[in-house]
Amino acid sequence: MGVVVNADLGRQIQWKQQIMGTDNSSYFFLALFLGVAVLFPLIPIGLAWAWARLVSPPKPGPQKNAIYECGLESRGDAWVQVRPNYYVYGILFLVFDVEAVFLLPFAAAFLGLPFGASGAALVFMLLLAEGLVWAWRKGVLQWK
Amino acid sequence: MGLAQRRAAMEMNMDENLRRELSQHGIVTLSLESLCNWGYNWGRRNSLWPLGFGLACCAIEMIAASMARFDLSRFGAEVFRPSPRQADLMIVAGTVTKKMAPQVVRLYNQMPEPKYVIAMGACAISGGPFKQGYNVLKGIDRYIPVDVHIPGCPPCPEALIHALMTLQQKIAGQTLTGPDRPRHLDPAAPSEFAVPAYGAHDLEPAFHPQVWHPPVLPREEPL
Repeated sequence: MGVVVNADLGRQIQWKQQIMGTDNSSYFFLALFLGVAVLFPLIPIGLAWAWARLVSPPKPGPQKNAIYECGLESRGDAWVQVRPNYYVYGILFLVFDVEAVFLLPFAAAFLGLPFGASGAALVFMLLLAEGLVWAWRKGVLQWK
Repeated sequence: MGLAQRRAAMEMNMDENLRRELSQHGIVTLSLESLCNWGYNWGRRNSLWPLGFGLACCAIEMIAASMARFDLSRFGAEVFRPSPRQADLMIVAGTVTKKMAPQVVRLYNQMPEPKYVIAMGACAISGGPFKQGYNVLKGIDRYIPVDVHIPGCPPCPEALIHALMTLQQKIAGQTLTGPDRPRHLDPAAPSEFAVPAYGAHDLEPAFHPQVWHPPVLPREEPL
């Protein structure tokens, strides 16, 4: 058994010397790997492209290439600007809805929480409280 | 060498008598093209993704067919797509009004090839009980090529499943070349059908002559 392994090893070394030559042209392997790395993805992509050309020739048209997809023709420009005033509603939603959801479990588990967890929850609530103070001072809470 | 030439060469190589004789001895011969056809059609017919839209009460039966009791997913057709870009199959389920017909045709145009159409119910195939209505299209096959018609008002989910199986059989019989090829492999077949427009009295054009012709009443005696 050992003889076979040794013979195999010897053949490998011989093969390696043949490829690399006697001088130190070991960078040949890098070029080989580069070629394989390029060909390895290109061959399946090429096969898929050929298969698609054969069995699924493209049939484009002005309607098939149109942008809207509900059967109606699109009107106007897609580059519509959204009013930035929406951020007020975003802040109030976070303060009064999202925070309220977290308040009850936080209060229920407050005594059992470790120091870090209660600190993180307090930071979260302080951030939202800052938003509340900011919104209050800006006057968006007034009912007009 | 084109596929048609290759097929002809293959048929010359092995004539029908030899094929039959071999099959009697239990040897099955396949051509490469028939194998390609089978694989191509097997993939297409078992993953028909319908476009998710319903026009009237037939849509309720279509929804029932896709739910657990009738389970359209056994046939690989449960993935109702909200976008025509991803759909293979258009199930025209319900009454097509003349206001809706241009949108249906445009949706059909926007679906990628290969695409198939099932006209579900009496309304979609002929106008049904509303045929006399001024606003009802007398069958969607006037504007787009319909592959399977399902009669019924409304057809039960089993009828839709039967239509789907019929369509699967139709797809299984198609070939990559020759006269049995699907529409998208035929360069002469149009990629889009013109969307009808609202005219003074009716939709214009009233029908597309490449998919539908008005029925001619044969009379033995001239009036």
